[in-house]
Parts: sequence; C-alpha cells; structure tokens
Amino acid sequence: MAEAIEKVSIIISRGSLEGVYPGLIMANGARMEGIEASLFFTFFGLDAVIKRRMNNLKVATVGNPGMHIPTLIGALPGMSSFATRMMKKEMEKLDIPPVGEFLTMIHDTGAPMYACRATVDMFHLTKDDFCPEVDGIISVGQFYEMAAGGQIIFT
Amino acid sequence: MATMTIGTKTLALDADGNLANMNDWNEEVARELAVQEGITELTPQHWAVINFMRQVFAKEGDAPSIRRLTKESGVDTKTLYQLFPKGPAKKAAKIAGLPKPKGCI
Repeated sequence: MAEAIEKVSIIISRGSLEGVYPGLIMANGARMEGIEASLFFTFFGLDAVIKRRMNNLKVATVGNPGMHIPTLIGALPGMSSFATRMMKKEMEKLDIPPVGEFLTMIHDTGAPMYACRATVDMFHLTKDDFCPEVDGIISVGQFYEMAAGGQIIFT
Repeated sequence: MATMTIGTKTLALDADGNLANMNDWNEEVARELAVQEGITELTPQHWAVINFMRQVFAKEGDAPSIRRLTKESGVDTKTLYQLFPKGPAKKAAKIAGLPKPKGCI
C-alpha cells in the first residue's frame, strides 16, 4: 500500500464561493482523517478571512462555463446573488456551514490559518481586518518552511 | 474476514476494521475498541459522543457529520479532537461499533 499522507498545506487563492469552499472542505476532511492541515489565504482568497467579506462571497455567474448559462444572462443584475443563494441552500442540506462558521470549526480542529504577506501589503490590510482564526500574516518563504515535509495543495 | 475476540466471543469486522454487525456492540466491546485506538479510558464525554452517534445511525443509517456532532452532542469541536485524537468522526464511529462515516464534512 502507498504511504499515507500525513500533512497538507492548502492554498486558497480565489475569492468566489466556489473558489473558497473546496479548500475548506479539503482542510476539514484532512483533519477528520487525522492528517495535519494548515490553510494559506492569498490574493482574492483573502476575502474568505476578511471579517466584513467572508459571509458575502458570491458564485461567479460570468466567465464560469461550469454554470452552463450564457455569459450575457449570467451578467444580468441579481444572477450572482440568485446562484449563490441556491448553492448555499444545497450546501446547508449537506451540513456544509457558512464560511465564518466553517473557519471556526476548522480552526478548532487544530488547523492553523495564515494570510499572505504580499497580498496584505498590496491591498493595505491589517490584522484587524481579519477574523480571529487567522494566526498570522506570513511570507511565501515562511509558508514553505511550515509546509516542509507535507503536500501542498493549490486551489 | 477479519475478526476480534472479546472474552469468549469472536466478532466479525468489516474491511476498515470496524464491527461488521452493530448489534455485536456493547460497552465492553467499546472499551476494547477504544484501547485499540489508543484511548485507555472512556470518560462520560466520550460516552456522550458514542451514544449520540449510535442514536443518529440507528435513525438515519449514517454517522453524523462533525458539524452535527458539535452542534447536537454538546461536545465542541476542540474537545472532540482531544477526546478522539487523530480523527474524531472515524474513531468515534469505530468505538461506537458503526461503519466508517460516509460524509465529507
């Protein structure tokens, strides 16, 4: 049998609802299996840990062929909110929590969370903009140090 | 098929090493399974989780998610990971005599 995975470092780089959830589900799933996990939020993925934004993430209805609706229809006012509402409803049925609650839950499992230094500087953010689950603002170098000996998953 | 022996009884196990038949389960079996998972003593909090899992499974045919465990069993996520280190849902299900949970959350 192949060697079991013991540690994962998951990067979340996108800020849409469908961009953020896969990484969160992978992190939580890793902890459930007893795998060590950490999360690194970069670029628009930071929206998932910015207090005023984390619970207002939207599904992208434009430029997202996976939605299977014509781009011009996806661009109509309210389409993104509508798609987001539908998806959240389906997720609730599967017991997938809203972003804020999910982050708390994952953090409580013992998974540390970090914000990307370069993005934080670029968007002029401070520690106060982030939810309390964020353990620190770290550089790419520090991220690689912490990821040593494990798998890196980029989402 | 793999088996485990408790006292004079031999119990069948499934491919994951969990009890194949949840009716083979009793508190003594739970204690033995816990020891196999590295938990030497089952506290009242452990039992609260185990009993909650068995209740949900009996009603719904699958073990509850971590979120539901946290919300409804009265044991929070942090404590859950302390009680059942390295994977509470999987370990608690095993000790509760249930198959490995199917859900992702």
